[in-house]
Amino acid sequence: MGVDVYLNVAVAGVLTGLVYGLMALGLSVIFGVVRIVNFAHGEMMSVAMYIAVVLFSTLHLDPLIMLVPIAAVMFVLGYALQAGLINPFITRPEHSQFLLVVALAIIIVNALLIIFGPDARSVQTSYAYDSFELGPVIVDASKCYAAAAAIVVSAVLFVFFRSTLIGKAIRACADNYTGALVVGLNVKHLYALTFAIGAACVGAAGTMMTLITDVTPALGPGYTLLAFVIVITGGLGSMPGALIGGVLIGLTEAVAGLLFTPSAKSMFAFGILVIVLLFRPQGILGRRLT
Amino acid sequence: MKNIAITRLAPGLSRRAMVLLAVLLAALLIAPWFVGDYLITVLIVIFYLAFTGQAWNIMMGFAGQLSLGHAIYAGLGAYVTAALFTRFGLSPWLGLLVAMPIAAACGAIIGFLAFRFGVAGVYFAILTIAFAEFARIGFDHLTIVNASAGLFLPVAQYSHNDLWRLRGNPTMFYYVMLAATAAAFVLCNALLRSRMGYFWLAIREDEQAALAAGINTFRYKMYAVMISAAVTSFAGVFYAFFYNNLFPEQVFNISRSIEMILGPIIGGVGTLFGPILGAFVLTGLAESVTSALAAFGVDLPGAKQIFYGICLLIVVVALPEGIWPWLASRLGIKGRSS
Amino acid sequence: MNRTCMFLSRRQLLATAAATIAAPAVLRAQSGPLKVGVLLPRSGYEAGIGQDCQRGVDIAAGILKSLGLPELSIMNGDTESNVDTAREHAEKLISDGAQLLVGTFDSGQTTAVAQVAEQKGIPFVINIAGAPDITEQGYKFVFRNFPTAPMLVRDGFLEQKEVFEIAGNAPKTVVFMRVNDTFGTAMSKGFAAVMPKVGMPYTIADEISYDPAARDLSVEVTKAKATNADAILVVGRLNDAMLITRELVKQRWTPQAILSVGPGWYEDQYIKTLGKLSDGPMSFVPWYDPNKKLSKMLNDALAKAYPGVNLNTNHVYTFEALLVAADAYKRAGSTDPKALADAIRTTNITDNSSIGPGISFNAKGQNDKIIGGAIQNRGGKLITIAPKGAANGKPIWPMPSYQNRA
Repeated sequence: MGVDVYLNVAVAGVLTGLVYGLMALGLSVIFGVVRIVNFAHGEMMSVAMYIAVVLFSTLHLDPLIMLVPIAAVMFVLGYALQAGLINPFITRPEHSQFLLVVALAIIIVNALLIIFGPDARSVQTSYAYDSFELGPVIVDASKCYAAAAAIVVSAVLFVFFRSTLIGKAIRACADNYTGALVVGLNVKHLYALTFAIGAACVGAAGTMMTLITDVTPALGPGYTLLAFVIVITGGLGSMPGALIGGVLIGLTEAVAGLLFTPSAKSMFAFGILVIVLLFRPQGILGRRLT
Repeated sequence: MKNIAITRLAPGLSRRAMVLLAVLLAALLIAPWFVGDYLITVLIVIFYLAFTGQAWNIMMGFAGQLSLGHAIYAGLGAYVTAALFTRFGLSPWLGLLVAMPIAAACGAIIGFLAFRFGVAGVYFAILTIAFAEFARIGFDHLTIVNASAGLFLPVAQYSHNDLWRLRGNPTMFYYVMLAATAAAFVLCNALLRSRMGYFWLAIREDEQAALAAGINTFRYKMYAVMISAAVTSFAGVFYAFFYNNLFPEQVFNISRSIEMILGPIIGGVGTLFGPILGAFVLTGLAESVTSALAAFGVDLPGAKQIFYGICLLIVVVALPEGIWPWLASRLGIKGRSS
Repeated sequence: MNRTCMFLSRRQLLATAAATIAAPAVLRAQSGPLKVGVLLPRSGYEAGIGQDCQRGVDIAAGILKSLGLPELSIMNGDTESNVDTAREHAEKLISDGAQLLVGTFDSGQTTAVAQVAEQKGIPFVINIAGAPDITEQGYKFVFRNFPTAPMLVRDGFLEQKEVFEIAGNAPKTVVFMRVNDTFGTAMSKGFAAVMPKVGMPYTIADEISYDPAARDLSVEVTKAKATNADAILVVGRLNDAMLITRELVKQRWTPQAILSVGPGWYEDQYIKTLGKLSDGPMSFVPWYDPNKKLSKMLNDALAKAYPGVNLNTNHVYTFEALLVAADAYKRAGSTDPKALADAIRTTNITDNSSIGPGISFNAKGQNDKIIGGAIQNRGGKLITIAPKGAANGKPIWPMPSYQNRA
C-alpha cells in the first residue's frame, strides 16, 4: 500500500481522534472534578443528538449554529440532574454511584426508544458529504468542523478553568473537598455547575456528532466506554489531555485497522488503557495523584 | 430449626435467620411440583443471578474490589467446558476442573497487574472492563470456538436427565442451580467467618491500617479475586449447557457484567443475604412489570425497562445500603455482616 | 401436557377472566382462533428489525381472512434482544396458552426458544434465523421457513452469476468487506467453502472485517479503496451500510457495483437517509416474488397500513410464518400441538410470496426449496433483477458515480 494510503488513514485517525476527544471532554470535567463515574455519558450525548435532530427537522437549523443553544439546554439539564439527584452520591461508594447512573442510562435509552422509535435518525446538511482534497489526502469536511469545534471548546474550557474565578474555585473543590468547604466555597453549587458544564460539553459534542453519524437509542454505551478510555489515557480533568487521549486512540485504532484486521482494532484502545492504568495512572497530562 | 447439622453449616447466623432460610429452602425444593415451567425458568434465572451475585460479592463486598468485568470469568467457564464437550465429549463436571483454574488464573493476572501497580477504586473497575472487552473481541476472532459465528452445543432429547452431561429437563437445571446457589451461600458464610474473612474486612475498611497491622493485603486481595473468579466460572458452565449456544458478543458483553452486579448492589453489598435477595427482587420486579403491562394491555416496547430503571433509581436513592440491611432490621435479624 | 399448573397467580386469573368474558368461543379447543405467540426483539439493540418484522404481523389478519384461512389470535412477546428474556417469555407465552410460536430473527434467541418449544411439544415456526445448527438437532416441533446461512451463501453466488449474465458484465476483482458478527462470520466461512465450487468470475483482492459496533469505517473504506478492486462484496447490516456509503462518497470512490449478501443496503432507513445516494447497490437476499399474487396483496396491505415503507424480507417471511400456522390449523382442524406439528410437516403452499416453488419442509423441518433473489435500489424503490422468473426489471451496471448525483 502506498504512502498516500497511510497518510489518508493517519489524517483520518487524527481527525476522528479529535472528535472522540470532544466527546470525552464532558466526561473529563465530570469525572475529573465531581468524581462521579458517569456511565450514562453516552446516553447524555444521545439525548443531545436527538435534540439536534429534532431541531434540524423542524427548524432547519444547521448544527454549527445549534451548537451553543443545545449546549445551553444540556447545561440546564445537567445542573438539575446534579443538584437534584446526583449530589448525595458524591460521597457514596462507587458501586452506588454506578447503580445510579446505570438506572438513569436504562431510563434514558428506553425513553428515547419509545419517543423516537428504533430507527436511525440523522441530520442531512448540504455539506454532509463534502471533502477537501489536499494533494494525495482526502479530508472529510464534517470531521474537520467537528475537530475544529473540539479544539475551540477545549480551549475555552482550558481558559475558564485556569483564569476565571469560578474555574479556579471548581478546581479547588476537585483538589481538596474539605479544604474548599473550609474556605467557604459553596461546594454543592459548584459541583452542580461543573456537572452542568460537563453536560454542555456533551451537548456540543452530540451536536457535532450528528454531522458524522446517525443516532439510535442504543448508541450510548459504546461511546461511554470509549470516553472513559480517552479520559483516563489523557488525564483526568485535563482539557488538552482529553484531546490528546482522543487523538492517540483514534490514530492507534486507525493504523491498527490498516495493518491488522479492523474488527480487532478496539483491542488496541483497551491495550493502551491497560498500559496507562499500570504505568501512568494519572494519564498523559494528568497530575500525579497523592 | 434446631437441626444441629444445619447450624454447623452456617455458623454465626442467628436463630431467626436460620429459620427463615430453612423455610425458604424448603419452599424452593418443592416448588417445581406446584409452579408452571414459566416460573421454573424465572427461578432458574433468579438462582443464576443469586449465584453470580454471591461470587462477585466475595470480591466486592468482602474484599472491597469493584469488578465491572466479571462476565469474563463466566465466559471462560462457558467456553472452556463447551469446547471440551463438543470436541472430546468431556463431561462439564470434568471440564469444570479445567475451567476453574483457568478462570482463577485470569483473575490472578488481573489482580496481579492491578494490585502490584496500585490500581484501585474506579480505575480497577475500568481495568476489569478493559479485560472483559479484550476477551470479547479476542473470542470474536478465535476460530477454534467458531469465533463470532457462535458455539452450539448439540442438544439431546429431554426424555431422560443426564446429570453427568448436564442434558435434560429444565427441572434438572433448576435443582442444579438451586444446589449451586445454596453451596455458594455456605461457602460465603464460611469465608466470612474465617480468618481470611476478617482480613478481608480489615482491607475493605481501611487498607492502609490493615497493612500497618501486618496483614499481607496483596495476598489476600489476590485470594479474593481468584476465589471469586473460580466460583463465577461455574455459572458460565451452567449457562453454556442450559442455553446451548454461546456468542462472544453476548457472553462477554458488558451488559452481562452489569446484570451480575445489580443484584448484590440492590440487595446489599458485603452482606450474606444481599445478593440472593437482590436477585429475587430484581427478576421478580422485571417479570411482574412485564405481566402487569400485559394485563393492562400496554404493548409498548421499552416501557418495562423504564419502570425497571425507575425502581432501581428509587431503591438506590432511598436505601443506600441495599434492601437487605433495611429488611433485616425489620425482621429483627441481627448478626455480624449477615 | 407435561405439568398441571396447580398454582394460579392473580395475573393468570385476571387474564383468564378477561379471555372468558371477551371470547367465550376460545375455551372450546376445536374452533376459534389459534393462539400464536410471536416473539421478536422489539426493544434492545435489535429493536429496529424486530419492530419491522412486527409490521408483517400487523398486516396479516386481513390477508389471511381473504384467503379463507382461520383466524389467528396473536400474543406479542418481546425478547428484548436478549437470550434469557427470549427463553423466559417463550415459557410465559406457552403458559398463557400459546398453541404455536413464531420468531425470533436472532439466531441465539431462536435457539433458546426452539429448545423450549421442543421440550414443551409446541410447534415453533421460525420466521428469520440463519444459523444452520438450529435445524440439525433432530427437533420434531421446530420448523424454519427461511434459508440457512449456507443456503444464503450459495444463492448469493448463484444469483450474482445470473445478474452478471443479464448485465453482460462482471467484476474481475472484489474486495470483501464483512461485519464480524454471527452472520458475517458464518457468511465468510460459507464463502470460502462455496466459492470454488460455484466458479465465480472474480477473485477476492482482500477481506476486511469490521466491528459490528463500529462508529467509523473510514479506515476500512480507505483500505478497500486501496485494493483498486472493481466491486465491493459486502456482508453487513444497516448501520455499516450507511457508514460505508458515506465514506465512499467522501473518499470519492464509486465501485462498479456493490454486491451485498445480507440486510442493510435495501432497508427503508438506508434509502430515506441517503436519498439519491442510495441508488445502485445490489442485494442478494431471500426476497418476495413480485409476480406472485400474494406479494401484490402484501404490498397493497403494507402501503395502506404503513405508507412509504417498502415491502421487504422482514415483512414477507414473518407473514409467511403466520401463513404456515394458519394453513396448518386449517388442515389439522384442532389446536392439539402434535396435530399441528404433523400438519405443518405436510405443508405445501404454492401460492406464497417468497421466491421459489413454495413452502414445504424436509425431514429436519427446514424449507430447503427457498430460492434467493437479487434486488437493486432504484429511485427509492427495490427492483427485483433475478432470478429471471421473478424479475421485474433489468440490472443497471455499473453504478452511477456518487460524485455526479445531484
